[in-house]
Amino acid sequence: MAEDIFMKAEAMTATALSADIEAELAAARAPFFKAFGKWVRNQPLGAGSGAGVIVMILIAVFAPQFSPFDPVVSNYERLAEAPSAEYWLGTDQFGRDLLSRIIWGARTALFIGFTSAILGATAGLVLGVGSAYYGGWVDLLFQRVMDVFLAFPLIIMALAVVAIFGTGAENVIIAITIPFVPRCARVVRSNALSIREMPYVDAARALGYGHLRIILRHMVPNCMAAYLIMLTTFLGQAILLEASLSYLGLGVQEPTPAWGLMLQGGAEEYAESAIWIAIFPGLAITLAVFAFNLFGDAVRDTVDPKLRAR
Amino acid sequence: MHRYILKRLLLVIPTLFGAAVLVFTLLRLIPGDICEMRMAGTGGYFDESAIQTCREEMGTNQPMLGQFLSFIWGLMRFDFGTSMWTGQPIVSEIALRFELSLQVAIMATIVAIVVAIPLGTISAVKQNTWIDYVVRCISIAGIAMPAFWLGILIILGLLITTQHWFGTPWMPPISYRPIWEDPLYNLSMLIWPAVATGYRYSAVATRMTRSALLEVLREDYVRTARAKGLWEKLIIRRHALKNAMLPVITVIGIEFAFLMGGLVVTEQVFNLNGLGKLFVESVSNNDYTMTQALVMLVVMVFIFVNFVVDICYAWLDPRIRYG
Repeated sequence: MAEDIFMKAEAMTATALSADIEAELAAARAPFFKAFGKWVRNQPLGAGSGAGVIVMILIAVFAPQFSPFDPVVSNYERLAEAPSAEYWLGTDQFGRDLLSRIIWGARTALFIGFTSAILGATAGLVLGVGSAYYGGWVDLLFQRVMDVFLAFPLIIMALAVVAIFGTGAENVIIAITIPFVPRCARVVRSNALSIREMPYVDAARALGYGHLRIILRHMVPNCMAAYLIMLTTFLGQAILLEASLSYLGLGVQEPTPAWGLMLQGGAEEYAESAIWIAIFPGLAITLAVFAFNLFGDAVRDTVDPKLRAR
Repeated sequence: MHRYILKRLLLVIPTLFGAAVLVFTLLRLIPGDICEMRMAGTGGYFDESAIQTCREEMGTNQPMLGQFLSFIWGLMRFDFGTSMWTGQPIVSEIALRFELSLQVAIMATIVAIVVAIPLGTISAVKQNTWIDYVVRCISIAGIAMPAFWLGILIILGLLITTQHWFGTPWMPPISYRPIWEDPLYNLSMLIWPAVATGYRYSAVATRMTRSALLEVLREDYVRTARAKGLWEKLIIRRHALKNAMLPVITVIGIEFAFLMGGLVVTEQVFNLNGLGKLFVESVSNNDYTMTQALVMLVVMVFIFVNFVVDICYAWLDPRIRYG
């Protein structure tokens, strides 16, 4: 009798346990939107900024549909006009609609931002992992070279590159990408150093895989956390850098709509007459960078709370 | 400590040398001949003999190694050659502007320190209260806001408020006078760019102060200090803040070096005749020798500042020296 009860109890705990495990497994396999909902609740700021980023991307992609006017065509009868029902944000000194130019400017900013952030972070990822994988004098040499590149402040490096290649959108992308590479490579390298010591890398080596395969198939995917963090950090920086270069007249050239370029005219000219020309493009830059930075912070907290990237 | 300084110094040398190599190669990476580029840029009239003289002046007709050695030799003596645009010695062009940029950089640093440490401390001590949220919003905005736009807003604000209150718009003066000659004039000119660049700077430092202090406040020794009934202000000032200062000093040091970059743009906004403006001018004028010299100068400052930060760090935290 007593034994019976014991048996029963044991069976019950066993089923309860297996139910627990089942539930846990189910939670682990939770549908995407459920996990997403949890993330939104944990990171409300990140979710908000993520939505902002998506809205920006949509605006940039559908710029022709969204913008009420042609961003490059001047209307000489409506120079520097105040915001009105027709021109929501007013017109600039050449009679171009500011709203349309800001919408098209989003396209320029996001295109340059995404391209250079992805290029820079990816190059940094491969170089950083490669350096950590080979180790020894390759790593030592690589680190010294990265040190040299890191001794150039971001915008100084970008300006030096512009000095060589000249202005224009493609060259701006090069100018922004190059200083990103060592910054990402350094973070990824320190991450990859520990991954190199993992048993599965040994196993891959024992199986006789080539260096390239081990680096690309086994180590790179495990450095994705650092990569994502650097990528999102770069996005905001790239937009800021592009705006600065364009503002200096060393980035994107007229008549391409770009936020930095729109602020170029000099503030004093518009103090009394057309203050909106100096306000709205700057607001666009700030909001964009703000959204990308917040989103980047959230990604960092989610992917790896320990890894702090500057 | 001496050993540590020596070790760090030995690491500085290859970096400096590498930077010199990189900067030297940059000039040679330019598509085409510098002299031809220059002729094409100025008038479009090609004269073979003029190009020859130009090459001789530039020294580009000499072997690469000889050019490099004379470049390094020049660097050691702070002789950067002559500007391709003005024909003046680069050192004197830089000396003219160095004072102004350095003053703005120092003032921006002071602005940052004065703002960041109290704000960051309050924000950490009153974590998750409305003060904390306000401070955090201000600092996130500071990182997102481009310095040049803030500069534009400051100028606009000055123009509009002075117009409103005094009837005539007032702009900060444009011609530079040293601070010891005319302090009021000097400050009325340079305080604005210092604030514009200092805002971002202080935002970064505020965030760092806050997070470092939050970490320290959870340490055991702070709990001990509280347990023995120490005055909270004293705990924060003497026990917590001192230990939280290490990362803050690093950030302030690194940002000081980045300030050089910030100045490039801000000087343009405020029309200041500083190093940053010279840099932008030399890039847009294809003045390669000047660009080369300025990049090298900034890099040297950057490496030097990093070196000083490392030394400070080791001096403040003995664990690093012995580690």
